[in-house]
Order: sequence, then structure tokens, then C-alpha cells
Amino acid sequence: MTKPPAEFYQWDRDRHPPGYTPNYKTSVARSAQYALISLENTVSEVTGPRFGHGDIDPMDRDLLHNYAADGQSAMGERIILHGRVLDENARPIPNTLVEIWQANAGGRYRHKKDGYLAPIDPNFGGCGRTLTDEDGYYYFRTVKPGAYPWRNRVNDWRPAHIHLSIFGTAFAQRLITQCYFEGDPLIARCPIVQSIPDPDAIDQLTAVLDMNATIPLDTIAYRFDIVLRGRRSTLFENRLEGN
Amino acid sequence: MAQKLNYLKQTPSQTAGPYVHIGLAPGAAGFDIYDTELGQDIAGPNAAGTRIRVEGLVIDGTGSPIKDVMLEVWQANAQGIYAHPENAGTVEDGFRGWGRVITDFDTGEWGFDTVKPGPVPGRGGTLQAPHLSLWIVARGINMGLNTRIYFEDEAEANATDPVLNTIEWERRRATLIATRSERDGLPVYRFDIQLQGQDETVFFDI
Repeated sequence: MTKPPAEFYQWDRDRHPPGYTPNYKTSVARSAQYALISLENTVSEVTGPRFGHGDIDPMDRDLLHNYAADGQSAMGERIILHGRVLDENARPIPNTLVEIWQANAGGRYRHKKDGYLAPIDPNFGGCGRTLTDEDGYYYFRTVKPGAYPWRNRVNDWRPAHIHLSIFGTAFAQRLITQCYFEGDPLIARCPIVQSIPDPDAIDQLTAVLDMNATIPLDTIAYRFDIVLRGRRSTLFENRLEGN
Repeated sequence: MAQKLNYLKQTPSQTAGPYVHIGLAPGAAGFDIYDTELGQDIAGPNAAGTRIRVEGLVIDGTGSPIKDVMLEVWQANAQGIYAHPENAGTVEDGFRGWGRVITDFDTGEWGFDTVKPGPVPGRGGTLQAPHLSLWIVARGINMGLNTRIYFEDEAEANATDPVLNTIEWERRRATLIATRSERDGLPVYRFDIQLQGQDETVFFDI
């Protein structure tokens, strides 16, 4: 506890989307014009909020049922979304909060600002949260979301996607991203996906069909691993978390 | 050919989109699903120090307030201690130091109630002026923006703050200083965030 906390490797800015990506029109007026100021990590950046089992309910990870009436479940393709949260050193990040949100099977969000004509599913809320276990593993049960149109170019459609919010161990690791699904032909056409310059990085946001984790006659599975920033090690120090 | 480094690659960021509330503030999206939404109570009732309110707008490059933003705040307590296992010292029972707020759909105003943080150590034996760390996501923002809120009535500490002093353009430092007023006897700090343009808020690569 008295050792100075370890620093994080810097954000890999070639891998993340830049602020200004004009095909994604809203980014034009919402992107900074000046360069970011580099800030070497202090205690304010290498610490961050922690969450415990008292914060959430075990049912929160089950979107098939967490908003459904008794005896009902959400409509659509039943999927497991699962994976591990790791850092760049391939070390698991245990006990970290993962939150997700998504549209229903028809591409409609349960949000008062979504006016898309596809109907709401009365048994589907569209959000979930869980803590990773000791190995950094997480899973959700949900339905595969549908594509939906959005007001960008006249005929733009988002690929099926699930939004994810991940905390890690420090404010410096805070990340929001989106997970897509293997084989979706809309991925290559989406200006939000294509805000990412590196095709390999786009592949990293594409969940892969995982037949080994599928429950026969019940639920099909997709695998989605998440990598947060790693930390420098000081030789001969052994940290339990983050390192 | 040299050996290959086998580090994993960072998962790229994507925008939080316009419906971020569904996942992170479902009550605002229009439905109740969780017993407790996280991030509503930053300091808790037991926290020592001065109770303050912090509020503002997030303004885009056209000068318009944006109304679908989510902000998260991270701060030390009044003694300058973070609620985190790597920080020496303990915080008051119930002090979390983390909060999450969204902007009003009609006005774009956001605000939170907390306690004023104490100074925390900086690098190389320095002391940082009291500040709040802020993380901002929204539709049209491809990767969360980091900034800091400092306090107008801490001019002496701000003048020696090691982070403010890394900003070469002295004029830009002012974008990180919240202005103070009082309402019902409590300090209110105003912090408007300019995403783009002449008076653009300083954003950090942390």
C-alpha cells in the first residue's frame, strides 16, 4: 500500500478512433480542435471506483429475464455473450464492472427518444451488468439485437451491436465500446465502425460464434474478449491487481 | 526479423451513442429495472468537508448545448484520499468518490452534489491543487474525453498545480477553473465544457 502505484501504458491512439470522423456526422461539431494535453499518471488517474456484489443483483446479467413478466422471456435469437477482461499484459482484470445495453431483436431501443417504427418487446429492457470473476471472466444472456436505421446519411443502418462499458481498476482504463457479430455485412458499411482506422482493430470488436459455449437446444454463444491498458511492472514487485 | 512483442492490443473505443442512458441511467431512458442505479451518491452522508454543487453545460462547436451527454466524476475526499485500495488511508464510510450524471434532455444542464476534495500528491513530491477528474461520453464523441475541474477559490494552490502548469498556453488553463457562486448558502461551481473552437476546454491524454 505504501509503494507508489504503477503507471499505465499510454493509450494506443492509432488503434482508437480519432475525434473527427466526418462520415459519422455528429462527430464534426463534437470533436476537439486542439491536441490533447499529455498527462503523466498521478494518483488521480491510477485509482478509480470499485464495485462489489452489494451493488448489483445476480439477475442483472440475464437480459432474457431481467425485465420480463413472470414466466415470460425476451423475443429473439437467444445468445450468450461471454469473454474475459484482460490487460495488455494478458493478465485478467477481476471484479470489474461490465455494463451493456442494446436494442431488441427488431432493432428498437427502449428509450423515450427512439421513435423507430419497429415495436418494443414488452419483456425486454435492454440493459445488464455484471462483475468479472477472479479470472476476469464475464457472461450475459440476452437476445441478438437487430440492425436499425439512423439519421446520418439517408440510408445508413447500424450493424447488430451491443454497447459495453468497462471500468478496469483505474479511471485511466475507463472504456466504452461496441461489440459486433461475425459475418454481418453491415459492419463494413457503418461509419461508426469505420471511424476506427485499423482493420485489425475492427476485427477485435467483432464477437465470434462460439459453438463450444453454446447450450444445445437452448442458447447460442458468442465470444468477446476485452483488452484494457496494461501497467508497467517494477521488477521484483508483485502486485495482485493490475500490476 | 526480430522477435515479436506479444502484448495484447487495446480494445478500441466506440461512441456511447444517443441511448447511453438505457445501460447506464435507465431511469432517464424511461424505465425502472434496477433496484439501485450506480453513481447517484458520490460522497455519502458521512463525508467530512464542504458540501458543494458543481454544474454546467457541454457545448458543441456550433455553440449549442448538447443534451445526450453522460459525465462521470472521480475525486478524493476532503482529506485528499481516494476510495481505492492502492491509496494509503481510509475514507468515510459510504464515500465512493465516483459519480455519474447525465444532461437534461431539454436544457442540457448537468450537475452533481458532493464535497470539495482536498489536495492530493502529484508526481515527484509535488502537491496537486484540489480537483475533480471528469470523463465525458456522448453521441458523436468517439472516445471518452478526460478533463479536470479546478476551483476558482483555490487560486494559490492552482498557481502551483503541476498539471495546470504543464499547459503551455496559460490562457487555456482558465478553461479548467470552475467559477464560484452561492445558492441557498451553499457554494455552487459552474463548469461549462466547450468541446470545440476558440475557447475549447483542455482535454487530457491520461
